[in-house]
Amino acid sequence: MIEEVLVTLRANPKIDPVLSTWSWEVPLYLFLGGLAAGIMFFAAIMVLANRQREAPFVTEKLVLWTVILLSVGMAALFLDLSHRWYVFRFYTAFRPSSPMSWGSWILIIIYPICLLQILSTFRQGYPNLARRLERFDIGALALDLSERFRRRIAWISIPFALALGIYTGLLLNTLVARPFWNTAILPVLFLVSALSTAAALTILGTSIKGERNLFTQIDFSLIAVEIFLVLLLVIDLSTGSQVQLAALDLILGGRYTVGFWLLFFSIGLLIPILLEGRELLRKSTSAFYLAPLFVLIGGYLLRQVVMNIGLHSSWVDYANQFDPQLLQLLQ
Amino acid sequence: MTRYAMVIDTLTCVGCGDCVTACKTENQMPDGLTRDWVVETTTGEYPNLSTEFRSERCNHCSHATCVYVCPTGASHFWRDTNIVLVDSGKCTGCKACIAACPYDARLIMHPEGYVDKCTFCHHRVENGLDPACVSTCPTHCMHFGVLDDPAGKVSTLLRTRNYKTLLQETGNEPNVYYLT
Amino acid sequence: MTGCAAGVRRPGTGELTVSPTICDICFWKCAGIVYKDGGEPWKVVGNPNDLHSRGRLCTRGTAGLGAYLDPDRLKTPLLRVDNNGNQRFKPVSWDEALEFIAARLRKLASDHGPEKLALFSHGSGGGHFKHLLQAYGSRSFVAPSFAQCRGPREVAFKLTYGEGVGSPDRTDMEHSRCIVLIGSHIGENLHNSQVQTFAAALHKKAKLITVDPRFSVPAGKSDYWLPIKPGTDIALLLAWMHVLIQEDLYDRDYVTRYTHGFTELKEHVRKFTPEWAYPITAIPAARIRETARVMAANAPATLIHPGRHVAWYGDDTQRLRAVAILNALLGSWGRPGGYYQQEKVALPNYPIPEYPKITARVQDANRGKYPEAYAGVSTAVFDASIGPDALYKAWIVYGTNLPLTVPGVAGRLQEAADSLDLIVAIDIQPCEVTGYADVILPECTYLERYDTLRNAPERRPSLALRMPAFKPKYDSKPGWWIAKQLGKRLGLGDYFPWKDYTEVLEWQLKQVGSSLAEMKKTGVKVFPRTTPMYFTEGTDIEFNTPTGKIEIYSTQLAKLGFDPLPKYSAHQEPPPDYYRLNYGRAPAHTFGRTQNNKYLFEIMPENVIWVHPTVARKWDLENGRYVRLKNQDGVESNRIRIRVTERIRPDSVFMAHGFGHTAEGLRLASGRGADDAALITNIPHDPIMGASGMRANFVTFLEDEV
Repeated sequence: MIEEVLVTLRANPKIDPVLSTWSWEVPLYLFLGGLAAGIMFFAAIMVLANRQREAPFVTEKLVLWTVILLSVGMAALFLDLSHRWYVFRFYTAFRPSSPMSWGSWILIIIYPICLLQILSTFRQGYPNLARRLERFDIGALALDLSERFRRRIAWISIPFALALGIYTGLLLNTLVARPFWNTAILPVLFLVSALSTAAALTILGTSIKGERNLFTQIDFSLIAVEIFLVLLLVIDLSTGSQVQLAALDLILGGRYTVGFWLLFFSIGLLIPILLEGRELLRKSTSAFYLAPLFVLIGGYLLRQVVMNIGLHSSWVDYANQFDPQLLQLLQ
Repeated sequence: MTRYAMVIDTLTCVGCGDCVTACKTENQMPDGLTRDWVVETTTGEYPNLSTEFRSERCNHCSHATCVYVCPTGASHFWRDTNIVLVDSGKCTGCKACIAACPYDARLIMHPEGYVDKCTFCHHRVENGLDPACVSTCPTHCMHFGVLDDPAGKVSTLLRTRNYKTLLQETGNEPNVYYLT
Repeated sequence: MTGCAAGVRRPGTGELTVSPTICDICFWKCAGIVYKDGGEPWKVVGNPNDLHSRGRLCTRGTAGLGAYLDPDRLKTPLLRVDNNGNQRFKPVSWDEALEFIAARLRKLASDHGPEKLALFSHGSGGGHFKHLLQAYGSRSFVAPSFAQCRGPREVAFKLTYGEGVGSPDRTDMEHSRCIVLIGSHIGENLHNSQVQTFAAALHKKAKLITVDPRFSVPAGKSDYWLPIKPGTDIALLLAWMHVLIQEDLYDRDYVTRYTHGFTELKEHVRKFTPEWAYPITAIPAARIRETARVMAANAPATLIHPGRHVAWYGDDTQRLRAVAILNALLGSWGRPGGYYQQEKVALPNYPIPEYPKITARVQDANRGKYPEAYAGVSTAVFDASIGPDALYKAWIVYGTNLPLTVPGVAGRLQEAADSLDLIVAIDIQPCEVTGYADVILPECTYLERYDTLRNAPERRPSLALRMPAFKPKYDSKPGWWIAKQLGKRLGLGDYFPWKDYTEVLEWQLKQVGSSLAEMKKTGVKVFPRTTPMYFTEGTDIEFNTPTGKIEIYSTQLAKLGFDPLPKYSAHQEPPPDYYRLNYGRAPAHTFGRTQNNKYLFEIMPENVIWVHPTVARKWDLENGRYVRLKNQDGVESNRIRIRVTERIRPDSVFMAHGFGHTAEGLRLASGRGADDAALITNIPHDPIMGASGMRANFVTFLEDEV
């Protein structure tokens, strides 16, 4: 028998007894960032495939939401900072070894790309707003230029969309100290999930049957890939080190079993793939909005659950002998 | 790079916690926060038992994942040594370093919100003194010095005694050694 | 925050001021240095010139500022008033409080005589009040350090060697090649230089033999851990003597030259073979033989440690006699690695008039029992303070929290308070005993006052100074001032001829060639020894015993009708479903005095009860759950957290002493953990010197209904 206890009480807030440094803000950012990346990707792909007409919602309407979603996500990130008035420090240094530094600088580049992407279809998507913009010479010029370079902008958007989508998973994956995140499957899973949520949002928003049908097919495939990736993730962890096995235990009978399998896996993947499968077989289209809704909820849950499990999975597991809550008496 | 190391003799440590109170007063730590702690590991079944006491803190790793992950350079190596410090004027409180530390050795400085950690008492080290925890230990089980000096105290101990470091498999190259 | 230039806090960058002190967080009295950073309290560290601290303070000493900073401290004098039947304390001026006490004491002296006043004291400020008591006309001072702690060993060693072990203990551990600990958990009890010399022995690979039913901290560092059945130590000690004599391993020259009664001992232990001891102690015979041989191989640098808290079973003087005899067989008394000869500074007392002659002694409270009690027996003084024929009508309680300190009094304090005319409590914090006082006087902490010079028996004689680092907080006052003010009001001004206590210190220091100015700088002054630290080999020594020898056979005990050689007798076993209550020190706390110190609270805010996994399974206990304990007499404890551990025997439980405070004024400590002292209600008294046997209690588990 091995008994390992802390002789001196340790209860550093948000560190003990398990890490709880990040709550909903970072998962929300990861979700919204992924969603924005997915939208950028599909909008660009449709343009390049000359299918803008068939998919006007994602290429012309939804694309506007990339900056909004990103901005909300960044606001959430800002809220998460515990020393937040020093946020400017992100942009007084570039640390090549830090994924978060990469992320903050990538966002700086992605914003103008998103704007260009929006402008390139703005006249079709938002004619009223575009007319107002045209009142300014510079606005008209911007619209003209970005329309002219629509395909080039789309070409540039794709790598950045993929980078953003992968980055959301990479951010966690590179934190080697959290065994559950320490699997190369995670960035791929996050990327596929990002695309899937963007497809789901398109299904939900479009009023055009063709577009909906197309994206239902896409989403169906993406979810199938995700299910495969989740199984790969389990296999990867199960062949890992002792701490990774302990991390895997958290979803195989441990305290996150329900959260992972029932919430994320069932709601986010199983139910939608069944519903979408039915729809694709033309069995039913009456509740078409259910599947994408589940996908979106599942997309958020994936990040929140993976975040929590990762924070919970640790290399050290010390137990206090004394009640840490007693330290509140010092306040 | 000058490598500073702490060498702690688990055979004489009695787990008294003096290192913890010394750190708290020396570094004027806020109530309820601590930069070091003592762990007791008991192995076996009565009466075939063994117990090990370890005073733990930041390992001031040579390969410090916390420094590498920091997006602003707030986490940094002090003056070309392995002593890892956090510059509160650069720390945004993003907490990436906390998640990046396999030892869970960092903490959020409340109420200020920046990240705080063991400094190896660099303010004492630069004056030629041992860290507060080392200098108060009543069992003299803690030692501090420069690892690169082959004739130095810590190198001699590591040459002549059995030792281990914590979680070597993480590849962080910790610089707190435990004599066993 | 200071020093933010690089964005990394650098403490100690303000204007630094330092001043010497003597720590008062425990009674070891380590010399320390108080640092202020920019005028603000910063830290207390050990004085490098001090033999007690060797430049390092222990956990508690390091946390000394916590006592000064404690917002729950006593702030003003308090007087008990009756408010329509509700007792409460009213803040009053020092004048009013002191005059109230003086009036009561004047009346006591005229109605009953001054010898009716008793003083309970513990800690370095007690001297001022002993002085006051003697000037007033009483010699009844009592400290729990005698009957509840190391009295049995002092008496046993006096009977054997003609002198006690003293404090700090004269154990020469830094030179020991073999150390034997019997129920002593050095490291968990953190007496500074004792731990340091113990660690020095470990560093030098001294053999360590630990006898303890619990896998204590030193047990974990031992070459031999003997997990003895509780209460059977004398059997083991006798068997060890048997082996040493039977195998001719004892120090023949030493025994012949210095001791009396070896022949009787040889005959006495003939039948106490290891085989005899095995079924009693559960230590295999071969193990007993092996450890005896290790002791002999390293003798005389083999220290059979006398322990400190040794009031266990009611036959403690006899057990410590066995320890003393075993040391004599190994020849360790007076030898390097065994027991050294202490030396103090010959420090004259400040000249004062002679105290009034009185015949009443504190031993009168023993009512003819405990013939070898050379000091007051706290339980006896307590008992003699209740009822119509009470010997005491008034108490001064100085820094002694009786209910957590003296077993068996917790439930009877109200009875005592009703019987007594006056209880004065002098303390720094509002603890349990102050709640029973008529007047409470707030003393300032050691960091805010001058005190008597420390002149402790040590390896080298030395003096140490305590001086204020800070002005007294709130309306608290130093002990010397309180004693002087009371003396003045009792018409005893002649005994307090100084205006300020620094006059006393200045005068005393001048007599030994120093000055207050010098001591304020150095804190400690070490003097050369004038006597040898060890026996000179080959010379005869006159011991302060009736035979002038080390009395293996105690002629004094024989004369008093006690066993002149120690005998083993069986002690009570736990009843079914009950477990022997074992308790001890925790390194983070001093008895019950530091639980409200924020630094120490922070590392150990409560105590836990250790239970063996089989016991945990039987009672369905799990780590972190709270239970209550009930002892064999139905006394219930406060809630206490479970710790399931292999480090305890399945027939015992263990908890750290000093917790379970009920005083509401201690906002951190109140209600945290359980109080072992309250669970000790079966108290066999040592017939030789009156020690309270505190290990004869058994507890079972109750659900915590919170």
